[in-house]
Amino acid sequence: MGLALLVPILAPLAAAAFAAAVGWRRLSSYVTVLAAFAVLATGVVLAVGLAAGLDSGVVHGAGSLLRADALSVTMLLVIGTVGTLATWASVGYIDAELEHDHTDATGARLYGVLMPLFLAAMALAVLATSIGVMWVAIEATTVATAFLVGHRRTRAAVEATWKYVIICSVGIALALLGTVLLYFVSIHAGAVSGDALDIDVLLAHASELDPAVTRLAAGLLLLGYGTKAGLVPFHTWLADAHSQAPAPVSALMSGVLLSVAFSALLRVKSIIDLALGTGFLRAGLLVVGIATLLVAACLLFVQTDFKRMLAYSSMENMGIVAIAAAAGTELAIAALLLHVLAHGVAKALVFLAAGQLQAAHDSTAIRDVTGVLTRSPLIGTAFAVGLAVLIGLPPFAMFASELSISRALAQAGLGWVLGAMLLLIVVAFAALVRNGSRMLLGPPDPGSPAIAVPRSVAGALVAGVVLSLVLGVTAGPLTDLFRSAATLLGASS
Amino acid sequence: MTMATYTGVLDLAVGAFLLSAILIVWRRDLRAIVRLLAWQGAALATLPLIEGLHERELEPIAVGVVLLVLRAGVLPVLLARAVSTEDTERRESTPLVNTTASLLITAALIVLAYAVTRPIIALNPTETTRAVPAAFAVILIAVFVMVSRRRALSQAVGFLMLDNGITATAFLIASGVPLIVELGASMDVLFAVVVLGLLTGHMRRAFGGTDLDQLRELHD
Repeated sequence: MGLALLVPILAPLAAAAFAAAVGWRRLSSYVTVLAAFAVLATGVVLAVGLAAGLDSGVVHGAGSLLRADALSVTMLLVIGTVGTLATWASVGYIDAELEHDHTDATGARLYGVLMPLFLAAMALAVLATSIGVMWVAIEATTVATAFLVGHRRTRAAVEATWKYVIICSVGIALALLGTVLLYFVSIHAGAVSGDALDIDVLLAHASELDPAVTRLAAGLLLLGYGTKAGLVPFHTWLADAHSQAPAPVSALMSGVLLSVAFSALLRVKSIIDLALGTGFLRAGLLVVGIATLLVAACLLFVQTDFKRMLAYSSMENMGIVAIAAAAGTELAIAALLLHVLAHGVAKALVFLAAGQLQAAHDSTAIRDVTGVLTRSPLIGTAFAVGLAVLIGLPPFAMFASELSISRALAQAGLGWVLGAMLLLIVVAFAALVRNGSRMLLGPPDPGSPAIAVPRSVAGALVAGVVLSLVLGVTAGPLTDLFRSAATLLGASS
Repeated sequence: MTMATYTGVLDLAVGAFLLSAILIVWRRDLRAIVRLLAWQGAALATLPLIEGLHERELEPIAVGVVLLVLRAGVLPVLLARAVSTEDTERRESTPLVNTTASLLITAALIVLAYAVTRPIIALNPTETTRAVPAAFAVILIAVFVMVSRRRALSQAVGFLMLDNGITATAFLIASGVPLIVELGASMDVLFAVVVLGLLTGHMRRAFGGTDLDQLRELHD
């Protein structure tokens, strides 16, 4: 099984090398889709293996550099699923960009190389044994996505890229400082310097870590990974970057990258909680979670740009995820993971649909887009299904996850948090329904442009709709995986 | 190397490290700022170098040489190339905070760094750990430079200074993190600086300058 862990990293790297060699071709773009699918397939294989009681829940690979457990496998499933949809849609997206002279052969080649590199970095982040290597991989995603965000090179795209790189690099540098401090306390607790940052070693020594320095480290790690996960106070890059990036890139950044950064936080939380008790990070996560939800709900309410609206919806969901992590019970963590998966697929749907709307109207203003359901049933349905998932309508999976998170909050005695969360979710719900219905329903304006749907985008959208439905009707096979991830992260039952 | 020489050189290196950060706050000429950053990189590289000489170990010396090439050579050269040849682009624009106030804030940040690092020194009170407040001060000063400067290049310098401060902390408290993390982090910083350099070029083409005040198209 150890060799399987190399696949999610090496397959995208190979695809990147291939794209670098031959440029943007039909073949190289489908090789990337295949690589993303390989990430998904590895996730499935490992999930089945773990369910069969493999290696007491932890698989090592590549010496001891890589390590997979239920959390890594869950994240691989998210990366693989959304990655496959996004790279598939990229085929038609980039072809259309080339056709309309929004990019050239060099730009397309760059896109073809960076997209799989981005996937490889995320896979490494969730599979690294050492939280130091995990940090390196997460910082590498910033570098890989910088020119993806600024792919169009317009003034707005350059501005968004600059803010993204600066804010995320500084934020993630704080996480590095936190990691260095953890290394220091780990050595002091008797760990050997070569593996003092390994997850299992840190977990084993957690109770002997010096509390004062660990507290400092925990604060820095929360701020640092919180930046990359789009949490307050360093959330300001998010809407700019997600609104300027090409649609498939937005789908990946919003649906996966935020969650990968948050999974890093869950990882260190399991260690910090053992060292300091659950109270310290719970307080921190509650404060940033509610603040993030508040900012997102307010900005959703006044939003006039649909891509920014989707970005703030991501912030809203990361706020909910942070609150669930604060609750920290088995129910809450398992629900959080379902939430992350459902969010990833839904965000792929809405961003990919939004990309086609933007291309057709040459605008991202909500008021410019009307009657989408009648003008393009496929784009309209995909956007509607994505929104329905995001606002938590049954039968979709977020209805179940939000219900479970609410129950977990009530059981954990966090009634006031539950109240605040529900209130803010209702505000966001109202904003998304109002804006969504304005775009989707009603008669189209006379003179509305035709909405083109390249075949690969159509394929990805249909697959996404089907996945959302399946995930909503039955998340059954995944429940055990989520449960064991929760136990592994030290959740109380 | 005797213990006395070792601590003497260590204190000198850490002092130079902090001083270069203060001078960066003081100067407005972008090329001078980049030169100061190179000196800071050299002071940083001294830390593993003298440790390697003191303990008679090869790995810290190798790390020190890599750091010297990267932080005192390659990165400053990359940044210097991003400084435009036009006169108006060579200096920091009118600062948001004037020089006197900036230096006073810097002094306050140094005091703050001493307060924040007390638990670290308490855990392991050795000669090297006692120098940690200086490294933390550089981190805080770097963040201040990033929020108070208006040129793209100054922000890039601030980012590198931040990273220098973190690397110095790692050496002072734990003789550096594992090699794979150290190399990975250095690679990331190198790429980030390359990205920032290329972006400065794009910015100059799109906006006609690198004043960050021009970045105001995106907002809510």
